Amino acid sequence: MTEQKYTIKDFKSENEVRWCPGCGDYAIMNALQRTMAGLGIPKEEFAIISGIGCSSRFPYYMSTYGFHTIHGRAAAVASGVKMANPDLNVWVITGDGDAMAIGGNHFIHTIRRNIDLNIILFNNRIYGLTKGQYSPTSDRGFRSKTSPYGTIEDPFVPGQLVIGARGSFFARSIDSNIKMGEAIYQAAAKHKGTSVVEILQNCVIYNNGVHNAITNPEFRAERQLFLEHGKPMLFGAENEKGLIMEKGRLKVAKIGENGVTLDDILVHDATEADPSLHLSLINMSLPEFPVAFGVIRSVDAPVYNVEMTEQIKAVQQTRKITCMDELMKSGNTWEVTGNGNGKPKDCPQKELK
Amino acid sequence: MKDAKVIELEEVAIRFSGDSGDGMQLTGTLFSDATALIGNDISTFPDYPSEIRAPQGTVGGVSGFQVQFGHKQITTPGDFAHVLVAMNPAAIKANARFMNPGGTIIYDSDSFTEKNLQKAGYVTDDPFTESNLLDFRKIAVPVSTLTRESLKDFGLDNKSVLRSKNMFALGLVCWMFNRPLDYIEEFIRNKFAKKPVVVDANIKVLHSGYNYGMNLQHQTPTYMVHSADIENGTYRNISGNQATAWGFIAAAEKAGRELFLGSYPITPATEILSYLSERKDLGVKTFQAEDEIAGISSALGAAFAGDLAVTSTSGPGLALKSEAIGLAVMAELPIVIVNVQRGGPSTGLPTKTEQSDLLQALYGRNGESPVVVLAASTPSDCFFYAYKAAKIALERMVPVILLTDGFLGNGSEPWRIPDMGELPSITPRIAKDAASFKAYQRDEKILAREWAFPGMPGFEHRIGGLEKNISGTVSHDPENHHKNTEIREEKVQRTVDLVPDIEICGDEDGDVLVVGWGGTYGHLISAVRELRKEGKNVSLAHFNYIKPLPKNTAEVFKNFKKIIVCELNLGQFASYLRDRLPGVEYHQLNKLKGLPFTVNEIKEGVNKLLEE
Repeated sequence: MTEQKYTIKDFKSENEVRWCPGCGDYAIMNALQRTMAGLGIPKEEFAIISGIGCSSRFPYYMSTYGFHTIHGRAAAVASGVKMANPDLNVWVITGDGDAMAIGGNHFIHTIRRNIDLNIILFNNRIYGLTKGQYSPTSDRGFRSKTSPYGTIEDPFVPGQLVIGARGSFFARSIDSNIKMGEAIYQAAAKHKGTSVVEILQNCVIYNNGVHNAITNPEFRAERQLFLEHGKPMLFGAENEKGLIMEKGRLKVAKIGENGVTLDDILVHDATEADPSLHLSLINMSLPEFPVAFGVIRSVDAPVYNVEMTEQIKAVQQTRKITCMDELMKSGNTWEVTGNGNGKPKDCPQKELK
Repeated sequence: MKDAKVIELEEVAIRFSGDSGDGMQLTGTLFSDATALIGNDISTFPDYPSEIRAPQGTVGGVSGFQVQFGHKQITTPGDFAHVLVAMNPAAIKANARFMNPGGTIIYDSDSFTEKNLQKAGYVTDDPFTESNLLDFRKIAVPVSTLTRESLKDFGLDNKSVLRSKNMFALGLVCWMFNRPLDYIEEFIRNKFAKKPVVVDANIKVLHSGYNYGMNLQHQTPTYMVHSADIENGTYRNISGNQATAWGFIAAAEKAGRELFLGSYPITPATEILSYLSERKDLGVKTFQAEDEIAGISSALGAAFAGDLAVTSTSGPGLALKSEAIGLAVMAELPIVIVNVQRGGPSTGLPTKTEQSDLLQALYGRNGESPVVVLAASTPSDCFFYAYKAAKIALERMVPVILLTDGFLGNGSEPWRIPDMGELPSITPRIAKDAASFKAYQRDEKILAREWAFPGMPGFEHRIGGLEKNISGTVSHDPENHHKNTEIREEKVQRTVDLVPDIEICGDEDGDVLVVGWGGTYGHLISAVRELRKEGKNVSLAHFNYIKPLPKNTAEVFKNFKKIIVCELNLGQFASYLRDRLPGVEYHQLNKLKGLPFTVNEIKEGVNKLLEE
């Protein structure tokens, strides 16, 4: 097939988009549609699989193949899609309730297997579709309809689960930053294995401004650290600040102060197999640190669907059985001739016999 | 001293029994295979505890394997055993109630120590009197001592030596029933190919057992069982789970689709996953998921992407899969869900058989959620019903639940191997015209939608669990939902044109019609045959198609004075029939002991009804 040139319009479906006005999902979809249009992959090879929640309506708004499944199970359904046809480009659209609560088991096991899926995790730290209950990523003490006196539990940090499940790819992005989003989605699409992208997404109705302290453009320079592979971990209005390692721990330093030079600033290596530093970067939070964005981890690891195909191919190279007739007649069989009365064994007669 | 007699029999049931670590399942399987190979018809029934190694020597840890074989058609493993091989006192205690009066008990006298008798719960040193087994021929064989003796030059440690005990018993029984040893030797050579010492040791002990029988002819009876009179063809011995797995491979090959199984290990269904995992040579894709839900979810994904998708489980797993089955109903994707039923509810009796998931299969989901329900009736016809389930799913874009059970799944029988050419065609409903394609456009006659999957250009569409209109757009329109609900039910009902009429075994009318479904077939047909031989006016209608029921069911029922529905639950099929075909009195015969019916139980039930 000749490579097709697509525009963003080719990926929009005829369905009316019904997210709330001002929802962060609009910008995410925009960035994803741009990314897909630019990948040079035939449109029919995209399969977008979602679970349940606001974000999971996503497939209906795309003109690709899409499957809106059941709560929490998108990663498992998508795994089946990829195994059935490994040539497909499979995306999982999920939220913090869908992936971290009811679908937590599928989330970690999919990552552990490293099936080639792109999981886009919309993290708004709230249940929006059921109208405002706390989620597994809501902060301790968070007040909601189901926690009027504040929650008494700690949240999951999605990146920690990815590392804990031996993930090969983790990135973090912001809904409203389309440029950052596109760069990250492209990297996720390119990565072979399970790519998890956490997007800090704003729910205008039930959790408006939850990420503001981080995402507000006013503080962007001071509070966001955009990581790029092979580049020093710098931030600040003039890129005057950076991360250094001191006594085995990350620390923010100012270049020129206390003898710190540019050479002392850590250089980001997303491909390092040892996840320790990636985990430290994932853990950074305000006010001591900026919050890390960009591709934090992207390492090569065996990919489940590739291994599955290879294993079948390897077995088939030396196979003795090539079809069902041969299988059925293999091993211990015996002939009955002469003593048979020609009548089937069963009564009533079975269809086949 | 005069030689013991040669007993000529139409059929014989042997029960091998010992600790769950004694290798009785292997012993029984090898004996059965060797027996089938020389042309007897057979039926087997493994009966084992759910603990892998329950406390040694206790009744709870006894593992049994019963095989019946004969000169005539064999449809059950036998209500009672003619010969019991007991490796310890607990095996006697556990199996006394399964013995045919006057049968033979061969036991390892070395294991009948005071300690073992105590463990088995005997209070005296005479277990046979205590278990009321006086009128039996008892053959004491010091199996442990003789095994040790025959391996004394092998330099094996005591534990390894005693591991071969089962081969001594097997050799002895082979002599008694005049079975050749070559098949068993071949098996041992293959199994332990990398351990020549183990091969030699096992074969030595096997022969020692055989020769022991020969040398003690005066004590040991021998049995003559002639080959069975069965249909000509090529045969193999096959278990229900293996037949189920193979039925799906055959269906995938016929349909020209790849086969995908998403599954999670669960007794007694796990073997389906194992058998299919072995078949990478035929391109079968198996996925051992993180849980039951991921098992079916991955299969649904594979169905969406164009594979013949299957998931296998047992009762508790079916419960976990119910939400996803609902999604399959709504998305109208082809998928087969196999439920190898076991004793329930909850964890229940994991290794025992039961038929108590029928209503769960029919109704166990939220909303109006109709699926096709089939049930296999013998170990070997699991092949055909797995094949048929796949055919219906692929041709009608509908989820199909296939019910088997622990008795069928673990049991085995000879199977006349079909040729692929004999099997009915399978034509998946793959969409052909992109311009006119709509996700929920239906064929007017069969009401099935078309199947288009990612990778097919021009057919891009969205499906999901929300109610849709014809083009696949989400719709909350009340009229649309009402109509679609009826269509989904009607689509299942219309698969009836793929369902053959129910055939009566016996006369088309009479005093009593025995009605059964699924895995009870062998026992029901045996009971009905015996009753008819006794001159009773009794027939059998056995169902493989539960939803929809065969078209002529009501017609057939009309011609009998009384109907008795026999099933291993409290009356689930009976209540389904009362709902679907009212106006008939359905008597019931029910059993919930984790065991199959015995032929006698059925005969008693029917006789009682005849007398009423």
